[in-house]
Amino acid sequence: MALPQVKLEATEARLASLSLPESGAWLREAREAALARVQAMGLPHARDEYWKYTRPDTLVQADVPEAALFDAEGEVSFGDIDRVKLYFVDGVFDPEASDDPAVGGVEIERLADVASADIHWAKDVYGVLETRGQDPVERPLAALNTAVATDGVVIRATGKAEKPVNLIYLHRNTTSDAVLHHVIKVEDGAELTILENGPAAARFNKVMEVEVADTAAFHHVRTQGRDHERRAVTHTFARLGRESTFKSFTLTANGVLTRNECVIELTGNDAVAHVAGAALGDGDFLHDDTVFVTHDAENCESRQVFKKVLRNGATGVFQGKILVKDGAQKTDGYQISQSLLLDDDSVFLAKPELEIYADDVACSHGSTSGAIDEEGLFYLRSRGVPRDLATDLMVIAFVAEAIEEIEDEEIAADVLGRLEGWLERRRD
Amino acid sequence: MLEIKNLHVKLEEEDKQILKGVDLTVETGKVHAIMGPNGSGKSTLSYVLSGRDGYEVTEGAASLDGEDLLDLEPEERAAAGLFLAFQYPVEIPGVGNMTFLRTAVNAQRKARGEEEISAGDFLKLIREKAKSLKIDADMLKRPVNVGFSGGEKKRNEILQMALLEPKMCILDETDSGLDVDAMKLVAEGVNALRDAGRGFLVITHYQRLLDHIKPDVVHIMADGRIVKTGGPELALEVETNGYADILAEVA
Ligand SMILES: Nc1ncnc2c1ncn2[C@@H]1O[C@H](COP(=O)(O)OP(=O)(O)O)[C@@H](O)[C@H]1O
Ligand SMILES: [Mg+2]
Repeated sequence: MALPQVKLEATEARLASLSLPESGAWLREAREAALARVQAMGLPHARDEYWKYTRPDTLVQADVPEAALFDAEGEVSFGDIDRVKLYFVDGVFDPEASDDPAVGGVEIERLADVASADIHWAKDVYGVLETRGQDPVERPLAALNTAVATDGVVIRATGKAEKPVNLIYLHRNTTSDAVLHHVIKVEDGAELTILENGPAAARFNKVMEVEVADTAAFHHVRTQGRDHERRAVTHTFARLGRESTFKSFTLTANGVLTRNECVIELTGNDAVAHVAGAALGDGDFLHDDTVFVTHDAENCESRQVFKKVLRNGATGVFQGKILVKDGAQKTDGYQISQSLLLDDDSVFLAKPELEIYADDVACSHGSTSGAIDEEGLFYLRSRGVPRDLATDLMVIAFVAEAIEEIEDEEIAADVLGRLEGWLERRRD
Repeated sequence: MLEIKNLHVKLEEEDKQILKGVDLTVETGKVHAIMGPNGSGKSTLSYVLSGRDGYEVTEGAASLDGEDLLDLEPEERAAAGLFLAFQYPVEIPGVGNMTFLRTAVNAQRKARGEEEISAGDFLKLIREKAKSLKIDADMLKRPVNVGFSGGEKKRNEILQMALLEPKMCILDETDSGLDVDAMKLVAEGVNALRDAGRGFLVITHYQRLLDHIKPDVVHIMADGRIVKTGGPELALEVETNGYADILAEVA
């Protein structure tokens, strides 16, 4: 089908400013195929059903809207966690600042380094999971990423990783346009935790493809910081084998535009996938969680838990789907999306969906939007807790269900501490 | 000293007058009781004093040790030394009782320009206070009042009072829903706090609480006013004859 004229023009305008980077055979093929996908799909447009709640124009246009740098005043995520730190500055790996990537149980390479090889194991994942994730809903910005990304990590876990790998994204240039593509393979029985934090760039397009093999476990915890003017579109594509585990959690505070897509395919029996997020928005803020979980095997469990706290006209979006394919019996699917609206100007737009083709499944979903409990607030205040602090206590209580999805207690405590720190600085 | 003068209160949302000129003074170190039929305005009085939304003061004044209460935010009233033990303590899912208690203690200390209590000292303090009220570690860990029985909620109120050491305590039907043993426990908690520097306003339906917390003065409230004031014997009169005689007498 031919693309509508507006879409065709916008896509051509963007592609005109891009060229495919030089690369070895395996990667060149993947890039060319991805570019062809972008041309066929066209880049997102405000009239696309999937972009009904979130305007994609600033993510699509060639010019990057300027984003002033933000002084995080020394706050760090995961500071007390023993981890391997890998730094990216405006989307470019910084080997000087980074730790030695030699860690027991994992092989860590840089995409820029393996790009020139003729052949690499990453060939079976790079662009492959992204391509699978294009059906039934197109995700053109992910295909664009596959076509042009030059940096990122290529990680293979062969055993239990000795420590988490922390990808840290620094923003130093007010008009940077960062594209990162990470490829992760967790082999049979292996375990890996990836931590991510930092604003990354004025505009950030990130794809992470994760192959979780049979009986393997992958944990992902990320914080997206307070850099107010940044924009980001991220895609996580995961394919899960038999008895494997995938758990992903994201804490977001501020940012004019964030769209986090997570596309999960459960392809082996008895696999478990949890994806959760807590987002705090204030003022000029739009946060969009778009999640698509496909059950294509028996006796798998999936959970989606998303909480948003919105004030001063902030917008929250949730599009979440559970697709249970024919034959995916004994599926246990759960989805909850909730917003706490701290004033009348803020909005929460939710589109929860279930599509089920198997007859023996248990799926449930719910979405709510509500104001703060005034009775509770008064009770706290009557004990001397000032209104702001009382509100924050209730905010923390509200998002707790999402934070509880983080399995590692130390990491969960770090995330909670980060959240408390943000709230505290906001009060001062 | 809590001084309430000619207090008139209506509902904010409707044209309904609830308090119609309450005059009441509770001296520091004294225990006053308010009794009165259901719907006479006892809880409204306690809410208005503690600063809950939804009420409008149309006339009159209320002060604590000379400080005008009605202009203050609820948290400022608390910092000034006012405490209300709720008739219906509120459940707050997700907020741990311990976190809540420590936050409250520290917020009040901060408001008074005092230093915050350390985590260790707080733990010691709360263990000691909780023990005498038979509040176990599990109740401290659970979210505020969530899944608490009626008696546990009331004991949790008294625990807060013991931790915050207010100057003026208002207890709104703290005895309702309690069995005899639980009521004794609560009364002991209150009596332990009786002190020359602290006043109490005990709202109750029944004489039986007043057997345990002996009041200095008893007031009868009806239709938004204090209609009769006397000594402890007034409570006994209510116990034996009900309110009808008293109301007829003042009508
Ligand atoms: N928020 C409210 N909305 C409607 N009516 C109220 C409200 N608060 C109190 N009232 C009414 O005011 C009167 C006094 O109530 P209350 O103060 O609870 O009495 P008491 O505690 O003495 O039983 C009752 O008629 C009650 O229905
Ligand atoms: Mg009452």
